[in-house]
Amino acid sequence: MRTLTYSEAINEALREEMARDPSVFIMGEDVGVMGGVFGVTQGLIQQFGDARVRDTPISEAGIVGAALGAAMMGMRPVVEIMFGDFLGCAGDQIINQVAKARYMSGGKARVPLTIRVTTGAPGAAAAQHSQSPESWFMNVPGIKIVAPATPADAKGLLKSAIRGEDPVLFFEHKMLYAARGAVPEGDYVVEFGRANVLREGYDVTIIAIGGMVPHALAAADALAAGSPAISCEVIDPRTLVPLDAPTLIASVKKTGRAVIAHEAHKRSGPGAEIAAVLAEHAVDYLDAPIRRVAAKNVPLPYAPSLEQFVLPGKHDIVAAVKEVLR
Amino acid sequence: MTLSTDRLLELYRQLVLIRQFELRAIDERRQGLIPGFIHPYIGEEACAVGACAALRRDDVITSTHRGHGHLIAKGGDVRYMMAELAAREAGYCRGKGGSLHMTDFDLGILGANGIVAGGIPMAVGAALAFKMQGAPNGAGLRVALAFFGDGATNQGAFHEALNLAGLWRLPVVFFCENNQYGEGTPQHKQAPITQLSKRAESYAMPGVTVDGNDVLAVYEATRQAVERARRGDGPSFIEGVTYRYRGHYEGDPQVYRSREEVERWQARDPIPRFRRTLVERGIAEEQIEEVEGQVLTLIEEAVAFARSSPPARPEDALSGVYGDHHNGAAF
Repeated sequence: MRTLTYSEAINEALREEMARDPSVFIMGEDVGVMGGVFGVTQGLIQQFGDARVRDTPISEAGIVGAALGAAMMGMRPVVEIMFGDFLGCAGDQIINQVAKARYMSGGKARVPLTIRVTTGAPGAAAAQHSQSPESWFMNVPGIKIVAPATPADAKGLLKSAIRGEDPVLFFEHKMLYAARGAVPEGDYVVEFGRANVLREGYDVTIIAIGGMVPHALAAADALAAGSPAISCEVIDPRTLVPLDAPTLIASVKKTGRAVIAHEAHKRSGPGAEIAAVLAEHAVDYLDAPIRRVAAKNVPLPYAPSLEQFVLPGKHDIVAAVKEVLR
Repeated sequence: MTLSTDRLLELYRQLVLIRQFELRAIDERRQGLIPGFIHPYIGEEACAVGACAALRRDDVITSTHRGHGHLIAKGGDVRYMMAELAAREAGYCRGKGGSLHMTDFDLGILGANGIVAGGIPMAVGAALAFKMQGAPNGAGLRVALAFFGDGATNQGAFHEALNLAGLWRLPVVFFCENNQYGEGTPQHKQAPITQLSKRAESYAMPGVTVDGNDVLAVYEATRQAVERARRGDGPSFIEGVTYRYRGHYEGDPQVYRSREEVERWQARDPIPRFRRTLVERGIAEEQIEEVEGQVLTLIEEAVAFARSSPPARPEDALSGVYGDHHNGAAF
């Protein structure tokens, strides 16, 4: 199968969806002439023009609010918010307007709106450009939350988001943009609410989100090669809302142990919700406490020596797995 | 532009309908039919009626926490409105929205809004869609009109929305109802300018201030703004100077203003004033009274409709979150 980078896969999804449906358009800071600050929208303005690939002022609340109004009037906007950290600038629009429009109207409002946004630490970017804000919005019913980890999933999940009827926060991990992986030819979608079992195993379940998925797979390799060898099942939920709880629960019932890995802070991160779901539904099957591997509960520091200390990685996953197996 | 007798009477009917709806809602809330809080529009009716008179049915509005008047002026059905206030299944939002979130997409009502300035970017986005979709069969662009109060002009969302609209020359009209107070704080303590239409200049759009208690003045200003938008010449800003007679919310003790001040404004009430205009234009007293009688009948029907509708069902609380099968999902 051909390979693409995560960034190329997203670009291809945007290009194909814009060609397929004239109501799809892109709006965001530097998405047009510059092709996006991470280069994801490169070439789209040349193909589709500046009316459908709209450079905007630095105005997150205005952009998201305008996308909401356009979505209600039959368009399918795809907004790019340059850094997840900036979602706070559009907080009211996302939390009180976008997420609730359908429900408050008694189910009448249609809001097919995709908000693409970067997440995670790109390295030495400090506290306002490195956050993983997925769980900020998990407590807001009405918006779906997607965190692809591979190029193939990025393409298929983005197509589902754009074709869907609901608002979606689509978190793209900055350190994955250059990652290369197999991507099927032709048109396909990846459905929301379907976790991906990336590696089957029987000693422990590692549930990894977004940028932590490659670390989890590397940890599983290392543990399999260790002595004694440890067999890890690695699962990527792919969408946090809706969450494929049945797949996670079934895996933990099989292995009896769970390690949850994400780059968001540990306190009230996505792992808190996943751990609670596992405790509610599989506590009798657990042979050890659930462990979370996550960023420490401090703002992301600038100095690489500090940042590496705060962020989770492969070695933390290895250590957590050994702990639950002790 | 002169309006026909029928249209003048229709404007009067809407003014009276809004006033009577609000008075009855206040009363029904006291009697227990309505469980939630309401923000009465009484005194400001000429803004909604004059502005919406300049819109087509396929144009859209965004509204505010004080939105009953906007809905009625855009054609909202007072039966569904009263049923929604009464938390009934037959209400505009099936009992999920209440006063603050009433919506009717068929009539171009994109929703009242519980957040001050929250709906203004939405109107800009609707206008962006209209511009991208183009004018249907040469009839001119569809237009979005955002209602908001003086308090909203100090919010970031207001400024971001006006900037986008001015930058992209979108078919949108920003209608500021300056009722002198942002909740309980007078306008002069909230902004360093008194004439809020001046805010328009920095976003490259015309801004006018009109007597918001004169329905025909409001209509004329909005008509010009809407025509400009329809032609593709971009947005406009209208400030209607008006006053709310009741508190910010029903039950507000109103410690921030004097009885005399309220009475001074009541002497400029838009409804008796327009009634005198109708008489001066030769419309018979009987015709006017007939309209007033029709309104009272509609209000009675609305209350009866609400009372006879079943309450919203608890199990419905789980539907309508998403447009697909994920509604009410456990996870």
